[in-house]
Amino acid sequence: MSVAAAASETLLTRLAVEDFLYAEAALLDAWRLDDWLALFTEDCRYFIPATDLPDGDPRATLGLIDDDRARLQGRVDRLNSAKAYREFPWSRTTRLITNVRLPADAPDTAPGELAVAANCAAWRYRKGDEQTLVGALEYRLAPAADDAPAAFRIRSKRVVLTAEALRPHGTLSIIL
Amino acid sequence: MALDTQDLQDAVIDDRERGVFRVKRTTMTADAMWHLERKRVFDQCWLYVGHTSEIAEPGDFVRRKVAGRPLVFVRGRDGEVRAFYNSCTHRGARVCRQDHGNTKSFQCFYHAWTFSTEGKLVGIPDKEGYAHAVDPAELGLRPVARLACYRDFWFVSFNPEVEPLEDYLAGAKEYIDLVADQGADGMCVLPGTHQYACNANWKLMVENSVDGYHGAPLHHTYFAFLASQGDDDGAKQLRSVEARAYDLGNGHAVVDYPAPFPRAIARWHPIYGEDAKDELQGIRDELVDRCGEERAHRMAETCRNLLIYPNLLLLDVAGLTLRTVWPVRPDYMELTGYALAPRGESAAQTRRRLEGFNLFLGPGGLATPDDIEALEACQEGFAATAEDYSDISRGMHRDAATVDELQMRAFWREWQANMLGLGHGAHDEGPKPAPAGVAS
Ligand code: FES
Ligand SMILES: [Fe+2]
Repeated sequence: MSVAAAASETLLTRLAVEDFLYAEAALLDAWRLDDWLALFTEDCRYFIPATDLPDGDPRATLGLIDDDRARLQGRVDRLNSAKAYREFPWSRTTRLITNVRLPADAPDTAPGELAVAANCAAWRYRKGDEQTLVGALEYRLAPAADDAPAAFRIRSKRVVLTAEALRPHGTLSIIL
Repeated sequence: MALDTQDLQDAVIDDRERGVFRVKRTTMTADAMWHLERKRVFDQCWLYVGHTSEIAEPGDFVRRKVAGRPLVFVRGRDGEVRAFYNSCTHRGARVCRQDHGNTKSFQCFYHAWTFSTEGKLVGIPDKEGYAHAVDPAELGLRPVARLACYRDFWFVSFNPEVEPLEDYLAGAKEYIDLVADQGADGMCVLPGTHQYACNANWKLMVENSVDGYHGAPLHHTYFAFLASQGDDDGAKQLRSVEARAYDLGNGHAVVDYPAPFPRAIARWHPIYGEDAKDELQGIRDELVDRCGEERAHRMAETCRNLLIYPNLLLLDVAGLTLRTVWPVRPDYMELTGYALAPRGESAAQTRRRLEGFNLFLGPGGLATPDDIEALEACQEGFAATAEDYSDISRGMHRDAATVDELQMRAFWREWQANMLGLGHGAHDEGPKPAPAGVAS
């Protein structure tokens, strides 16, 4: 392949990834959490390290969230319930996804998986309170089946928060 | 509002005859209450600062804020543990500016005075500029008034006259033992902390952390998840006849109940998978060998939310959590959560422990965000009703259960006595823990 052809293929992949990430963010902003969960593989992982240990692996050190598919389902079921009091009524949120990159040398990438890095800024409003959550997103995406509605499936999603602590707003009650 | 003795006497209604206990809500809204709390509670008591495992090697240090005061908790190059005010004796700058690490010395970045890990002033640039009366020996980092340790848990006090730590801990010691004994080689704090906050008075979180009454209604979504994983007796355990509450003296209290959650030490649960059964059984057997069947049973199959007055919680629940609650303003607190684990446990065990911890506790869990929401809802309600009283009478007419409120009354009796300058409060309600809990 010529250099120009390779570059345009990378560009097309990135555009497809961007579309996918924007659609994912739109599902979360719309609280369509069942549809959001359907984007994940059965063996998925969703995790957020502690603010004071951004490189930590929540399986070995204390993190904020470490969900496999079953726990992620539990998180979604909870947020769909009127008994998730921190999020009922739901907060209003807007997520901006930017700086989308396809790092060529990402570690722990299985054959066929696509490593994606992006930035995320999310604003959350509730009870007269504004919360801003900013962070770096790292994905491992698997190609979806041909007849699937989305182009990819999420095998892992890691969110590294930029904040030094969850203060002054105390919790991480929405999905990033 | 200036406080007088009458205000403090009116703050708590403790009517044993009628079984009525009430706390005035101004105790959680008024600036004057908070200013007095700093003097009469936080400047008098023993306060948790850190765990031995966090500064295991000579030169290891962690920065801590204790009751708003920046401290450095450090193991000197001489091997001894100390706690200093993190403020330069020259002109006051914060000397240590890293959260944790290992160092040969602390150098202040402002004018480069250097202090040893033992706190001595060992370097002054251009020393000739000072008269003889300026004596470096008098200008070491200032140690806190008192520092003491029980079972690797270190406490400081800003009160030089404070009673010995072991006397202060009173009946809580036995319950600390039930945590400290979980590891054959002792316990350690895992890396990573939950640093979060809540827009409510700090005492609401102290109450909430030992409140069994709210478990079933508030944490419905958490117990629903456990049920979806094949455990449907969760919330029921909180109401079992074995679920007790005890006043441990000096404001400390505990709820002690059969485990409604999986426990990495050592209550198997379908969530762990069949593979985990052998390892958990092995851990339980080791506990029986080392501590006897009775204590092993308590460590493995029962849970405890232990309050060490005024603001340390040892939550031996789905995970093993150390939580500190620090007031910043009457209506805002900072919370920090640490994970404790037996030193040297397997990677699989650490993983189970952390999964349990994260699922329930902490700012991203399935339960703690709703606790925070509830406390903020109380604080919002107080804006309308600050002159009213909150009712904490539950179980005053019987031997208190986990779903009662004896444990909160223990806190408030101590708090009121402290605020009145009377020393310790009365701690005569209800039975004390059965002596069977003591090492066999
Ligand atoms: S303030 Fe520390 S050296 Fe001057
Ligand atoms: Fe709770």
